[in-house]
Amino acid sequence: MHILFEPGFFSSSPVRTAVVMGAVTAIVSAIVGVFTVVRSQSFAGHALTDVATTGGSGAFFYGLSPLVGFIGAGVIGAGAMDLIGVQRARSRDLATGIVLGAATGLAALFLFLDTTKSATTGATQQILFGSIFTINPRVIPIAIFLSGVTLLLVGVIYRPLLLNSLNADLASARGIGVRTVGLLFMFALAVSVALSSIAIGSILSTALLIGPAAAALRVTRTIGAAMVVACILGVATTWLGILLSYDSYYWVSSGQGLPVSFFIVSIALLLYLVSGLPVIRRVVETGKLGTVA
Amino acid sequence: MSEVPVLEVDNVSLSFSGRRILDGVSFEIHRGEFTGLIGSNGVGKTTLLRIVLGLQRPGAGEIRVLGLPLSRHSRSLGYVPQKVVLDPDVPLRARDLVALGLDAHRYGFGRRTKQQRELVDKILCDVDAEHFANSRVGSLSGGEQQRVLIAHALVSQPKLLLLDEPLANLDPKSVQEIVALLHRVSSDHDVAILLSAHEMNALLPVMDRIVYLTEGRAASGTTEEVVRSDVLSKLYGHHVDVLKLHGRVLVVAEPGAEAGDIPDHPTLTVS
Ligand SMILES: Nc1ncnc2c1ncn2[C@@H]1O[C@H](COP(=O)(O)OP(=O)(O)OP(=O)(O)O)[C@@H](O)[C@H]1O
Ligand SMILES: [Mg+2]
Repeated sequence: MHILFEPGFFSSSPVRTAVVMGAVTAIVSAIVGVFTVVRSQSFAGHALTDVATTGGSGAFFYGLSPLVGFIGAGVIGAGAMDLIGVQRARSRDLATGIVLGAATGLAALFLFLDTTKSATTGATQQILFGSIFTINPRVIPIAIFLSGVTLLLVGVIYRPLLLNSLNADLASARGIGVRTVGLLFMFALAVSVALSSIAIGSILSTALLIGPAAAALRVTRTIGAAMVVACILGVATTWLGILLSYDSYYWVSSGQGLPVSFFIVSIALLLYLVSGLPVIRRVVETGKLGTVA
Repeated sequence: MSEVPVLEVDNVSLSFSGRRILDGVSFEIHRGEFTGLIGSNGVGKTTLLRIVLGLQRPGAGEIRVLGLPLSRHSRSLGYVPQKVVLDPDVPLRARDLVALGLDAHRYGFGRRTKQQRELVDKILCDVDAEHFANSRVGSLSGGEQQRVLIAHALVSQPKLLLLDEPLANLDPKSVQEIVALLHRVSSDHDVAILLSAHEMNALLPVMDRIVYLTEGRAASGTTEEVVRSDVLSKLYGHHVDVLKLHGRVLVVAEPGAEAGDIPDHPTLTVS
């Protein structure tokens, strides 16, 4: 037992908070991530994390909860991208780039101010790379509530969003408000990104958004199955990351564990690479995983 | 005919940045009819179909579907767009795309009923797509995807099916198969069809009516009424000859006239 779980893993309250927060984040990221990959909006997802960074660092500077900053900025950023970008993929890409640039500039300013204010690099570290072990347990109910709302939103727009993601012409011919559905999804994306910014940091949250979803999309035959598999992969990745990070405290003599984010991102990358192996592809083609619904 | 037409296109005109694309186009489609919308590239076929769907506002004129002014959410129309690119990396089976034709406009939760699933199966059979119903739709061939898209448009049981160049990019054998399939589906499902193409020959055996579009103007009627030297000459504004050969039609411009606007470039292939 001790080979896997170092002493105190289960009795530590920061670990319990991290395990819950990690699971919640991973599930929302997985569901939203599947649509993000299908809609080729990884870049928008990544831009929203930078926007969230701006909000998080700004909130820190003004002494507000980073969660408020992450989400507020994310939602505003999503709206801004929708306003600038019309429906075409090309201008959507452009709009993303513009918002991304503006947000990163502001983030640089706030992070600078945060550092001078608190006279440490702790704030920067926390905002960019997350702080899953130091999350205030009071954040958990809020995070669970926001996740629920986001999942509900994605559930409600599921079918219009899916057809719209496959082909905008088919969707508008069915009378679907392509613009509305796209904007609602951007809001879901913003909240999902804000949650993972808190857990694993804003610059790494794209990895949790895209990694498990992209791997799941490779090995499944329906969108529903992809979502289930992405959730399983996402939660497993986060929990394993937390475990390894906790254990790593005992590996190095510096008396400090290695960052959770590092482990999560590495595992996510590994999963994606494995999902592309010919062996796995063959299993999918012969239909073994296809019936997961 | 006393029944209301499925579609009335009434004096529709449209200009894009000063350029007249459609100039007083009028025609009707009646229940169960197969109509070919024929015209060369850039003549405005896609634009006209988008106007009929309510996706594009006409500059002037009116569209009525089943006698009623077009509302944007009309469920009586099925549509297969001209170029549909389906990503092979998206895990979506052909049957999933067809099922979305039933309920993609619905928000909220809810499982598909047994009845709905059976309807999807039946439509897949009707378009001969049952043997690839469980394959990823993005990795199917062009002809196979065309069948799935037709099923997607058909499953909501529309009164009129609009197909934008469904025969482009298909080899002659697939063209014949799809045309025969559409003809069969049209009578089995009591659905009228408006199909755009730049080549009319493949459609001659099945077309009830033709809408011949050139330079923004349209002539419509049965093929006997429209595909005639005097009618088409008037439409083109210069003399053209219509030759009928081995059951095929060749539209030929007189020497010296601009031949580029003639959709059926004469070919000497004998089929
Ligand atoms: N949104 C738009 N803005 C400006 N011009 C347009 C627009 N849409 C279409 N056009 C122009 O209208 C004309 C008709 O286009 P349309 O796509 O309807 O032709 P088409 O008959 O479908 O051609 P094809 O056979 O190549 O598909 C073209 O010259 C095109 O450039
Ligand atoms: Mg066209």
